[in-house]
Amino acid sequence: MTTPVLEANGLRKSWGGVAAVDGVSLAVQAGEMLALIGPNGAGKSTCFNMLNGQIRPEAGSVHLLGRNITGLAPRIVWRLGVGRTFQVTATFASMTVLDNVRMALLSHHRRLFGLWRPAAAQFVAEAAAALARVGLAEQAGRPCGVLAYGDLKRLELAIALANEPRLLLMDEPTAGMAPAERAGLMALTARIARDAGIAVLFTEHDMDVVFGHADRILVLDRGKLIAGGTPEQVRADARVRDVYLGQSGVH
Amino acid sequence: MDSLIVQALNGLASASSLFLVAAGLTVIFGVSRIVNFAHGSLYMLGAYLGWTLTSHGPLAELGGFFGFWGGVLLAALATGLIGAAIEFLLLRRIYRAPELFQLLATFAVVLVVQDIALLIWGPQDLLGPRAPLLRGATEILGLRFPRYELFLICVGPVMLGLLWLLFHRTRFGILLRAATQDREMVAALGVDQRRLFTSVFALGSALAGLAGALQLPREAVNLHMDMAVIVEAFVIVVIGGLGSLGGAFLAALLIGELHAFGILVFPRITLVLAFLVMAAVLVLRPHGLLGRKPSGLLPAAVPSPPLPRAPRWLVQAGAVALVLLVVLPPFLGDYALSVMADMAMMVLFAASLHLIMGPGGMASFGHAAYFGAGAYGAALLAKHFAAPMEVGLVFAPFAAGIVGLVFGWFCVRLSGVYSAMLTLAFAQIAWSTAFQWVEVTGGDNGILGVWPSEWARGKLVFWYLALALCGLGVVLLRRLLYAPFGMALRAQRDSPLRAEAIGIDTLRVRWVGFAIAAAAAGMAGALFAYGKGSVFPSFLGIPRSVDALVMVLLGGVQTVLGPLLGAVAYSGLQEQLVRISDLWRLVLGVAILALVLFFPGGLAGALRRREDDRA
Repeated sequence: MTTPVLEANGLRKSWGGVAAVDGVSLAVQAGEMLALIGPNGAGKSTCFNMLNGQIRPEAGSVHLLGRNITGLAPRIVWRLGVGRTFQVTATFASMTVLDNVRMALLSHHRRLFGLWRPAAAQFVAEAAAALARVGLAEQAGRPCGVLAYGDLKRLELAIALANEPRLLLMDEPTAGMAPAERAGLMALTARIARDAGIAVLFTEHDMDVVFGHADRILVLDRGKLIAGGTPEQVRADARVRDVYLGQSGVH
Repeated sequence: MDSLIVQALNGLASASSLFLVAAGLTVIFGVSRIVNFAHGSLYMLGAYLGWTLTSHGPLAELGGFFGFWGGVLLAALATGLIGAAIEFLLLRRIYRAPELFQLLATFAVVLVVQDIALLIWGPQDLLGPRAPLLRGATEILGLRFPRYELFLICVGPVMLGLLWLLFHRTRFGILLRAATQDREMVAALGVDQRRLFTSVFALGSALAGLAGALQLPREAVNLHMDMAVIVEAFVIVVIGGLGSLGGAFLAALLIGELHAFGILVFPRITLVLAFLVMAAVLVLRPHGLLGRKPSGLLPAAVPSPPLPRAPRWLVQAGAVALVLLVVLPPFLGDYALSVMADMAMMVLFAASLHLIMGPGGMASFGHAAYFGAGAYGAALLAKHFAAPMEVGLVFAPFAAGIVGLVFGWFCVRLSGVYSAMLTLAFAQIAWSTAFQWVEVTGGDNGILGVWPSEWARGKLVFWYLALALCGLGVVLLRRLLYAPFGMALRAQRDSPLRAEAIGIDTLRVRWVGFAIAAAAAGMAGALFAYGKGSVFPSFLGIPRSVDALVMVLLGGVQTVLGPLLGAVAYSGLQEQLVRISDLWRLVLGVAILALVLFFPGGLAGALRRREDDRA
């Protein structure tokens, strides 16, 4: 078996004595879409934030392509090839859509401290291509602040993909989007991931999205992984029905 | 040993006064999130009103116990009313404006109050009456100690106790505490915020007025009390933690004693001590001794549109202006030329501050430090090494840039008001160094004979030199705004989370931005020094930092053209006002207030709005 793109072992983090994440281990392969699901407060976001260095784990390790990245700052983790989108979109509101993507390209090519040559003349084609990839080409010149929320989510995806990452971490990629847009965004993500061999790990509340697009699903409850496997296996798992699906009673 | 005890008691007495002022400031900040620059003015008004009430009119005729204490209490009440009026008439209208604008408004109040006090009470120091029953001294441990000081020592803890009761035992106090913690929630629960804000201003102002009036038996009332006390009060509030009464009390004790003993132990660096302590506290505890991490503070997180490309008419107007600036001066007199040269330097100074305030999203209350570093850098080279102007002008930006790197390393690590206060602290440290290190800097007398080289002595040539260097500086800064570095600055301001997530080292970006701004300010400062032929500690003083702040805010923080317009308008206005009127502060203050009320986007913002309306 090949080295997984991401491998986490025994991650633990507690807030005020309560373990939010307790001994979570997982691995994602290149080109694979892995969903991390669980009820509210299960520890999904905490887990996510430990993977890209936003939070330092109390115990456990994170390896990217076999390299130990535990405790490294998010910006260093990014340079090693981890793109990230946030539950609530984080973009540069005072810039145009194109400039948002250009920012990531400038950073990737280590041009951030350029003092003279206007940014507007740099990486024009690359930034436009990155926007075209997520279907935002038409919006390139608009201020980012006026975009619809669904478009902001796409923009985040374009930013996260700008440095050709090996791993994409998406925290609730479709939260706040209209139901019709959700499937489109995830299908797009899946296509890009497979074409480029990017490993994708995402959390999600929308079960249609999860079961429709994930290759594999891990279920987290009260900080612990309670089940994992293909969508069919997870759907059939009694414990999952009990703590999760049973509760919501919808799916 | 004896003198140590006396000093310790002295320190406690000062601590009490400082606590009263700082308590008002911190309570106002906690609830309204306004950094009230005018708090020192209220303190001064309290002292003047106290003087009037206890030495003129019916209470003075009554005299004795009730005459004095009645006067003091009445002065505090009157100051409270004035504070409420300021809130009601002015601040209430601008709560929705960016926070820096509120700061600008309170600074305008400082200017207005200074001239009103001058008009009413005149420029001379006024000696107040002694406090009845508390004249003379008491013996403690065989030492004679003034009774009034002992009384003051008690006032601090008593007021702390009363405030504690107010905050924990009354409905009003509970609302205040709730609003300090979460103002939105309190509003959502249906509490009338406006009344709460007005009353908290009244309370804080009354405390400041009381502190001022209580100073009567200790020192003469004068027109410099406002600035002196506001800086101390800021230091105390920041050390204690913004919004924390207990913290303010601890910090007041610390600073009071520090002053008392500092004079004995480090007589040479007394002025720096408080600021060194503040810097140390902020580095170790970024939110002060008892403060909590604040939410939603400075910098003015104004949602700003993408940087505009200059419209054609503006480029044309700029070109015309430049041609005029080159062609007209030979026909102008020396006076006009030197005023214009000063303006050019102010434009560069303002543009440098704008870089860190606008795109950088940091507030600096001490930008004069770098202006002064450039000026002193050049002057020291001239004095000690007889360096010619050319060398000085090359050296100055480097000197200021290095000072900016050192100070900036600390400042960029904090956020919001704390960062701004740290910039103020460093500026005061720089000022005190210039003021107290007499052998090197000449102290108060400054350094004279910092003249331009022979070829640049003529006013006309010097004007062209200033235009060329300041123009170059402004063009470089503008270029940088549109370059990747300017984008990175805005990126870390817009969303630090996203910036770090795409590999941007936000601290380093801010740090480099700070140093570049410092270097540009240093260039302006060095030119200023050669223009005047001398340097003085006032080059690094708080008023000059405030000048820069006002110029940037006046012009509009989130515009490229703003600092340019703001600098020309402000320095032009000031220059003219000083010439035609003794009451220039009053006029300037009123002008700033009018601008804040009617053009919250600054001059450039107003221009752009007109442009949008036409489009």
